[in-house]
Amino acid sequence: MNRTDIAIDIDRVVNRYDSVTALHDVSMDIREGEFFTLLGPSGCGKTTLLRCIAGFEDVTEGAIRLRGEDIAPLPPHKRPVNTVFQQYALFPHMTVLENVCFGLRRRGWTEMDAEGRAREVLDLVRLGDFAKRRPTQLSGGQQQRVALARSLAPNPEVLLLDEPLSALDLKLRQAVRVELKQIQRETGIAFVFVTHDQEEALTMSDRIAVMSEGYVQQIGTPRDIYEAPQNRFVADFIGETNLLDVEVSAVSGGMPDLTLPGGMALRCPAADSARAGRGHLSVRPERISVAAAAEDTLPATVVDHVYLGTDIHLHAKLSDGEPILVRIQNAESSAIPATGSMLGLRIEAGAARLLVD
Amino acid sequence: MAAPIDIRRFTGFRALTILCLVVLYAPLVIVAIYSFNDSTSITRWGGLSFKWYFDVFSGPEAPKFRAAAINSFTIALGAATCATTIATAAAVAMHRTGRFRGKTASLALINLPLMVPEIVTAVASLIFFISIGFKTGVMTIFIAHLVFCIPFAYLPISARMQSIPDSYEQAAMDLYATPWEAFRLVLLPLMVPGILSGFLLAFIISLDDFLITNFVKGAGIETLPTAIFGSVKQGVKPNIMAISTLLLGVSVVLVTLSWFVGRAGQSKR
Ligand SMILES: Nc1ncnc2c1ncn2[C@@H]1O[C@H](COP(=O)(O)OP(=O)(O)O)[C@@H](O)[C@H]1O
Ligand SMILES: [Mg+2]
Repeated sequence: MNRTDIAIDIDRVVNRYDSVTALHDVSMDIREGEFFTLLGPSGCGKTTLLRCIAGFEDVTEGAIRLRGEDIAPLPPHKRPVNTVFQQYALFPHMTVLENVCFGLRRRGWTEMDAEGRAREVLDLVRLGDFAKRRPTQLSGGQQQRVALARSLAPNPEVLLLDEPLSALDLKLRQAVRVELKQIQRETGIAFVFVTHDQEEALTMSDRIAVMSEGYVQQIGTPRDIYEAPQNRFVADFIGETNLLDVEVSAVSGGMPDLTLPGGMALRCPAADSARAGRGHLSVRPERISVAAAAEDTLPATVVDHVYLGTDIHLHAKLSDGEPILVRIQNAESSAIPATGSMLGLRIEAGAARLLVD
Repeated sequence: MAAPIDIRRFTGFRALTILCLVVLYAPLVIVAIYSFNDSTSITRWGGLSFKWYFDVFSGPEAPKFRAAAINSFTIALGAATCATTIATAAAVAMHRTGRFRGKTASLALINLPLMVPEIVTAVASLIFFISIGFKTGVMTIFIAHLVFCIPFAYLPISARMQSIPDSYEQAAMDLYATPWEAFRLVLLPLMVPGILSGFLLAFIISLDDFLITNFVKGAGIETLPTAIFGSVKQGVKPNIMAISTLLLGVSVVLVTLSWFVGRAGQSKR
């Protein structure tokens, strides 16, 4: 466990409030210089984990190591990590410049050096002209960038960001995503970024930890998470998917043989712990193609369609009545099948994935 | 949905309001007007004059009033300062330490002077000072005032604290501030409007206390309210109206100031 490229090693961490257990046995490594995202629905323990790293929450069991060193005995002000708080928490009685200088001054920088560094970081977030303003005189997006500058200024070993974009409106949020990612690359500081927005996580992260109810569900690259979800929660939470009840007859070499409702047989990749028996098959709607009904296709009846411009969503029903969603790219050639018509659906072997519940 | 009840529509609302205002403020207005009366009578108007104000500052009773005023302002300043310091510490403890044993009891203790009848506090304080052999004088007045000023200082400070989320101090500590620096550089400046407001309120309360002061003051020591009361016992002269009007002016200014300071703090966030 002593790899030198690991910035933070979170080792079987448990956190309990009086009666609620917010984190169950959470383990993950955050590597140097990576954009690491904690993704999960509200209340799954993301903030709690960040607060454990920053030192505002005690770890009940387990350990958090920063560059190999257990940080449990360090109070928050001695931990070389900085946080961008969800509501920014900019000091309202100080100017933008004083806010950004705050951490540097506490670390013993002279006023002149601190101001020089603060201006440098303010330029990085394109707020050089706003140094003398008060935080209350700035827009939400500008406040967010001041918060970022303030926590970047002391050059922390890891930067923690708690849903920093959730207070911004959609348009701004999308622009800031790109900017934030750029700043992360330029500074080379490892970011631990918290969000409940899967699109944000997919577009920005090097790696993602998907969490639910205090458990880590899966850790991997955005591509891993999207294309090879390990369980039902991950498949369902990230993007849209069809979850079909299937009968698994055997698993050999990680490739199970299974039977779809309606009798079609399929061999596809599976989650690591998949076993024979009943299971769930995840098929992304965009990985299903529509053909004429034939021997080797999955028979379905069209229920409805939704026209989305770039895509068409086809709502269909399998022979056992289970609903299935198919996404067809809107090309000139694509005809929209009429409601009530029979179709054959084709699932490529690599496109489906057997999950464990 | 029923229409919201508009209290102004109730029969007699206007009459009742006017009655209340008259009962509350007419005596004050009359005192203020008659303090400018040229006559020695307190009921007959004899023309406009400032002579009773001169009398307060240079008349036969002037030395007594001056000594009393010095006592009053010194005690009020000292008691309000100490009470505000204690109330600030108490507010931080109440709002920042989570739950602790005896939290509710502590809060009740802070606010006790608001609930106990003042005469009880007065008698109890006197008995206490006598039983421990503490000589009554300026010091006993100061201690008694300090105690009953605490809840008045505490209320605005606590209200202010309620609107300061603890994420500010956490952000400070996250940026390498020790807990003491986080308090001094971040929390305390944010609390200032509440603290000022609390101080002014405590100052006023101390300045115009009569009952408790009258019990615990030693012989020969007077504050403004007890000095005025002493004068009135020999009959109300118009100079009392002048000094009361001055005291009223000070109170109005301080209360208004306290209100504005509290509001300025609120709108800044
Ligand atoms: N101070 C607290 N006291 C008790 N329970 C808490 C406290 N803070 C958070 N929790 C609980 O811990 C769990 C995780 O919360 P949190 O980390 O804030 O989730 P997230 O940031 O993912 O929305 C939730 O179930 C929440 O109710
Ligand atoms: Mg949260």
